[in-house]
Formats: sequence, C-alpha cells, structure tokens
Amino acid sequence: MMDLIVIPILALLAATAVTVARIRNLWAAVMFTGIYSFLSASWMLILDAPDVAFTEAAVGAGITTILMLATLSLTPRRHRKSGRLSSEDFEERPSKSPLVPLLIVTITGCALVYGTFDMPHFGDPNAPIQVYPQPSFVEKSQPDMHGLPNVVTAVLASYRGYDTLGETAVIFTAGIAVLLILRKNTDDQGTSESQSVTGENA
Amino acid sequence: MTDFLGLYNYWIVIFLMMTGFYIVIARENLIKTIIGLNIFQTSVFLLYITMGKVTGGTAPILKGSHSGESHGAESHGAESHGAEHGQELHAAAEGHLDSGVEAVTEIYSNPIPSVLMLTAIVVGIATTALALALVVRIREEYGTIEEDEILEMDRNS
Amino acid sequence: MNSFPIIRVITKLLIPYILLFGLYVQFHGDFGPGGGFQAGVIFAAALILYGLVYGLPAVHKVAPPKVIEKLTALGLLVYAGTGLACMLLGGNFLDYDVLNHGILTENHFLPEGQHLGIFLVELGVGITVTAVMTMIFYAFAGRERVTS
Repeated sequence: MMDLIVIPILALLAATAVTVARIRNLWAAVMFTGIYSFLSASWMLILDAPDVAFTEAAVGAGITTILMLATLSLTPRRHRKSGRLSSEDFEERPSKSPLVPLLIVTITGCALVYGTFDMPHFGDPNAPIQVYPQPSFVEKSQPDMHGLPNVVTAVLASYRGYDTLGETAVIFTAGIAVLLILRKNTDDQGTSESQSVTGENA
Repeated sequence: MTDFLGLYNYWIVIFLMMTGFYIVIARENLIKTIIGLNIFQTSVFLLYITMGKVTGGTAPILKGSHSGESHGAESHGAESHGAEHGQELHAAAEGHLDSGVEAVTEIYSNPIPSVLMLTAIVVGIATTALALALVVRIREEYGTIEEDEILEMDRNS
Repeated sequence: MNSFPIIRVITKLLIPYILLFGLYVQFHGDFGPGGGFQAGVIFAAALILYGLVYGLPAVHKVAPPKVIEKLTALGLLVYAGTGLACMLLGGNFLDYDVLNHGILTENHFLPEGQHLGIFLVELGVGITVTAVMTMIFYAFAGRERVTS
C-alpha cells in the first residue's frame, strides 16, 4: 500500500530533476526547484523524519524560491521572453555540446552505483548506522531527558548542543555576510552614492 | 537480482545527485548553477535520511511518555530503566501500566540523520542566500550572469 | 499588489494563523516534531508574506530592520548564555542538568533541568533563524534593480 504513494513520489522527483536540468527558462526552473523540494519533503516524511520534512518544506519550497525569484528580478536578462513556456525554452545553446558533461556524469554515476553494492539494504535494522551507538539515543534519552518524547530535539539541543551552537553561528555569519554584500542601497543615504558608483563602472 | 533491489534508495539518490552535478557542470548561467547545487544538496539530505530508516519503524518521537505526569513517577521510571540499560527500546514505559505492553515492541527510526540534516538544511539556505547575493553583485558589475561572458570580459580587460 | 484585493484579504486572514503555528512549533518542539529551526523559518515566512503583499515599508513598520539586526545577535547570545549559565552554576558548558531551580515546579509551570535548557537553546535558535531569514529578505527586497 505504501508503494502506491512512494513510487509516484519518486517518479515525480526524478522527472522534476530532469526537467530542471533541461529547461532554459530561469523562472520556470526556479518554480520546478520549489516543486522538487516539496516532493523530497514528502519522501522524507515517509522515511520517518517529520522534523526534516517540515524544515525542507518551509525552507526549500518557501524561502529558497522567494530568494531566487528576488535574485531573478534583480538580474534581468537581455532576452526576456513571454511568461509562457515554449519549445524554445528547452532548446540547447548551439555553442556548447552537452555530450562531455553527460559522459562525465554517467561515469561518475556508474562508479557510485558500483559503490552501493557494499552498502546495507534499505531499512535493514542491522545496518552499522543502527547498531553503532549502543545504547542508542532513543534508549538513552528517556532517562536522561525526564520524559521529553521528541528524540530529535533532545539530540539536537542537548547531546549535540555544542554542534548546534556552531550551526547557529554559521547562520548568523551568513546573514551578516549577505547584509554586508547587499546593504548599500537599503538606507537613503547610501542610495545615491552607490548608484553613482555603479554608473561610473558601467 | 532480488538482492540488489534493496538498494533502490541509493540509486534514486545517485540519479538525483548526478542530475544536480550535470546542471552544475553543463550550464553556464550562475543562477542555474546554484539551482544545480541545491538539487545536489537535497539529494545528500535524502541519502542520509534513507540510511536512518528502519523497516516497520516510526518517527523517533517516543510514545507513552507525557511530561504532564508527576516528576517523581518519571524519575522512578528512569531509575528502573538505568538498571537494565539498553535492553529494550523504550523500557521506561514500564512505569505506566497502560502503555507498557505495546510500547516495548515499538521500533523507532534513527534520529541522528534527522538531527544532522535538520541543521544542514537551514545552514544550506543561509549559504544559498550568500551565493545569490554574490550573483546580484556580479550582475551589477558585469551586466550579465552567464559564466562564459564574464570570463571573456575578464580576459579582455 | 494594490490591485489584488483577494490576495490582500486572504493574506491578512492567514498571517495570524501562520504566526500561531510558528509559536506552536517553537514551544511544542520538545513533544512533537518541531523546534527552533522550523519555527524560525515559519515565522520568517509570515513576515516575508506580509512584505510581499503589502510592500517593504509596511513590513518595516512591523519589524524594523534595526531591531531585526539586533535580534540575530541576541539569539546567538541566548544560546551561548545558556551554556555560560550552566558553567556558572557549576556544570560543563551546555550541561543543562545543573539548571534545577526548584521554583514553581509543582505543576510544571516552569520547566527544569534538561527541559529548561532545551527550551532556552531552541528559543535562541528560533530568534536567530527568524531574524537572519527576515534580514536576508530585506537585503534582497531593498536592493534596487540596476539596469545597465
């Protein structure tokens, strides 16, 4: 019964990825990326990771799409076509042959598939990842956390708290970096100044 | 052949990963490259999450433990659990008579990949935003976001 | 967006529920799926939605950029401060077991120990993520298009 849900999701996931690779229209590609994120969030939910699915749906389908659309609106292309998809959107540029990248990708993919033959099977309860920390976090968290049910939060904030502090610092740093790169135009004083700078360069 | 069918999750992840890789190396538009990196990144998330799945398991949110109950009962359950450390999943529920029987047989998927990927997703959007900000600046300086044109301008100058 | 009354009305109806859901995800993250990262993104999504429909000046009134900039640092400070508080109370860095205060614990009015530590840390993460996402949106939306 579950296969009836999983197989269409995986097929759509693969189809969306290929569409993103083939499509030339950037606006459409961004929208397909949002769909791709949403489909992968659905698969994550089926794979028992509701926390991750949650985040992926909000981040991948929501905020990434908005930021990419904002970037597209800030970087107008010279050959703007109408909003509707046409056959031209799928055409390759004549200048560059897609054969070499395809060859590289196929070889890498085959090597990776060969590598999976040594991997544990899907859902195997005896895989190394399932048996290594003994007792596992699921068993440990019950006495340690005095009955907090969500093990993911317990591991995130308590067992690996130092790690999460570092991740938060990375987010903070990235935010500051974006602000430093893009800030010039946000306040009124900087606007005229930066416009004159870009005017000179152009 | 049936031996290998259990590996289908890796193959799907590899297919998605290679699609992202293809976009990165074949497309010259900078925004397209970032989209390719995003697809690659999501496939890595999926790789980790599929490895944490246990057949017949459920999400790692423990049943039968409500912190609304009195603190004393919980710590008592914790002590009795500590004695037989690691015997059964969720043995602490034995303090609660009603849920004890079914809770012991509960199987949970591995929470560690979820934790790692949870932080990675949010860090990923922050770094993607940084890359997009750089693209905006490149567009302002060069007037284009096509990689070959930018390289040509650099060569000519 | 002034010419789309349906979008404006629906947005106004939706935003309180998005914020409420964000609060639920933030503070119920120890019990169900959720936590600081997700709640931060959901909160930021509500602010971004408001900004998209009503324009940047309107959302600047709700969440002034100066406040948002300070909040990014505040979240990280709450996180690191929790760790430091644990050290001052005699434990290791981010060792929440020492955070037992013994006040108002009869009805779990105030969480204790590990629970309190996780609560504070998730709050810090939530504040930082909300503020950074909103700040990035402001940076992109406030940028003027340069036509060269």
